[in-house]
Amino acid sequence: MALPSYTETRYRIWHYFYIAICTFVFFFLIAPLFVIFPLSFNAEEFLVFSEGMKRLDPEAFSFRWYHEMVYGTKNPWGLAAKNSFIIAIFATIGSIILGTLAALGLSSRHMPYKGLIMAVLISPMIVPLIISGVAIFFFMAKVGLAATHTGIVMAHIILGTPFVVITVTATLSGFDHSVTRAASSLGSNPFNTFMKITLPLILPGVISGGLFAFVTSFDEVVVVLFLAGLENTTIPVQMWTGLREQLSPTILAVATCLIILSTLILVTAELLRRRSERLRGINR
Amino acid sequence: MSSETKQILTTDGIPLEVSLKKAEKKNKIRAFLLVAPLLLFLFITYVFPIGEMFTRSVDDKMITNMLPKTFQAMEKWDGKELPSEEVFAGFYSDYKVLIENQTQGKLGQRLNKEKNGFNSITKKLMRQIKRNKIDENQSIKEQIMKVHKRWRDVEYWQAIKRTAPPYTMAKYLKGMDMYFAADGSIAQVDEDRRIHRILWLRTLEIALFVTIFCFLMGYPIAHLLATLPMKYSNLLMICVLLPFWTSLLVRTASWMILLQQQGVVNDFFVMIGIVADDNRPEMMYNKVGTYVAMTQILLPFMVLPLYSVMKTISPSLMRAGKSLGGTPFVAFWKVYFPLTIPGIGAGCLLVFILAIGYYITPALVGGASGTLISNQIAYHMKTTLDWSFASAMGLMLLSGVLVIYWIYNKLVGVDNIKLG
Repeated sequence: MALPSYTETRYRIWHYFYIAICTFVFFFLIAPLFVIFPLSFNAEEFLVFSEGMKRLDPEAFSFRWYHEMVYGTKNPWGLAAKNSFIIAIFATIGSIILGTLAALGLSSRHMPYKGLIMAVLISPMIVPLIISGVAIFFFMAKVGLAATHTGIVMAHIILGTPFVVITVTATLSGFDHSVTRAASSLGSNPFNTFMKITLPLILPGVISGGLFAFVTSFDEVVVVLFLAGLENTTIPVQMWTGLREQLSPTILAVATCLIILSTLILVTAELLRRRSERLRGINR
Repeated sequence: MSSETKQILTTDGIPLEVSLKKAEKKNKIRAFLLVAPLLLFLFITYVFPIGEMFTRSVDDKMITNMLPKTFQAMEKWDGKELPSEEVFAGFYSDYKVLIENQTQGKLGQRLNKEKNGFNSITKKLMRQIKRNKIDENQSIKEQIMKVHKRWRDVEYWQAIKRTAPPYTMAKYLKGMDMYFAADGSIAQVDEDRRIHRILWLRTLEIALFVTIFCFLMGYPIAHLLATLPMKYSNLLMICVLLPFWTSLLVRTASWMILLQQQGVVNDFFVMIGIVADDNRPEMMYNKVGTYVAMTQILLPFMVLPLYSVMKTISPSLMRAGKSLGGTPFVAFWKVYFPLTIPGIGAGCLLVFILAIGYYITPALVGGASGTLISNQIAYHMKTTLDWSFASAMGLMLLSGVLVIYWIYNKLVGVDNIKLG
């Protein structure tokens, strides 16, 4: 942002101060993520930069911890990754189906008690996770689903649906309902109309809601800690135990992989958001 | 037009008004049916279990069910002097049933919590009953009173009477460091044992300060993002969105690495000479760590609502303010800032709600002085297994959050929450 030449000195100083603050905040936000990368290639067992790493000595770097992560003996990451993906995928599918249906109902102008129902549907996002964890644990224990994949998937559907409801409702707010009426008047049944007309138009919203649900499930640890048995361990649970007990650089190797995964998800979400905005722009 | 109102009919001959109402009703049902699966699912797995937490937190039926005859006889007792023969007889027959079912130990433990000294005298009475020393044809009151002198003490009988109601608010009082005194009034825990009040205040304090820090850091960058040309702001937006999408545990782990004593931040401080190498400050396992890590983790939740509001403010408003003679500061304060208040409200409430229930980050970087009320709830769920107390504390926290949620809903509206 170039300043006009007539700017007084004190505003000039203020402006540079403002830029400095912003730079600091952006640095504060993003820098912590980048500490993980170099340290995950540490050849030693400590979580600090060794003298060799500071000198950029190639001897001080290695793939040792990535090797450990994949091939290590008695190592929980393989099982944890498998569980995490299975749980997150099923939770995402469940959240998308329930959430999209609910969003379709909610954005109909005939929906009674809209505000109240919306508040209930969004509540799992607002209620502190620890309380959700306690409540869901009581339920799952009562019906015998504690320490099962099914129980955890159901818990994550509860936590994931608010995101789908929000994103799909937002997409539907710019939705031109005359196209579905046109389809009906041309003789299409409601199911066909939904599959051929509505769904393709709201798909970006559905997918980005699904991404939120996936990340929520993939990253969720509080509820899983209540529900999981030994066989249901997930990546976040393993990281949690690792960070509390034996801090090993293997965790940093896993963390690096997770950052790469989140970068991929971010790029997908951004592309979808732009596409959705473009589509909605046409509708207006 | 003729004087009599003509009804408009549809082609089927039904009045249009009726037909429209019917269609309206059908649409309503259809909309509701779409929402129903999720609503039902949430009610069964989520809303009712939270309600169940409430019954669990006030439940005190154990003794009520164990001593039915005693409490029936006690209804006539004024509670001032030693109870009558019937109360003793009722207690004797209830206790005999418990001994037969081998559950008398639980009664002793529970009564001992109410008043110290119960465990030994109930055990003594049990031995007497097992040896058939109690003659049912004579006065049971006299015989029980002979077993131990505490059975002659009216305070112990008052303690039994206090356990009669099937519901109790004791767990809620415990959560506020209070308890029911012997005479049934509410008393305060000794000053040096008021741990829960400290935790509530600390939770509020940390949530409040994290919200303030997030606001102070989030406002300038949201403003920058909203005013920069699109191609730069999109790039900078990644700095906000990448942490937002990254796993919470990864971000907490990176702060643990940065803030440890041999960590990067301390290295930097030593390098620029603020602190001596052998005197590195402790920045983790205390409040500093909790503040720093939580602020960074929750900052995107402040920036995104602020950004979406600032994006809608036209830059010409500021120019107009300046051209009318305001200095840039005045133009900002009188024109721009008031327009961003909805965004400030949304961001601050969102961050506060999230911060007040935080669990993972304080547990990892907080140490003893950085733990919050959520950590205490988890501790009672997993370690002490006092689930009714955990439920009570959870509901106390929840009621606070729901009040803020209600305000948020009034001010912003839940359907206006924007993501990404």
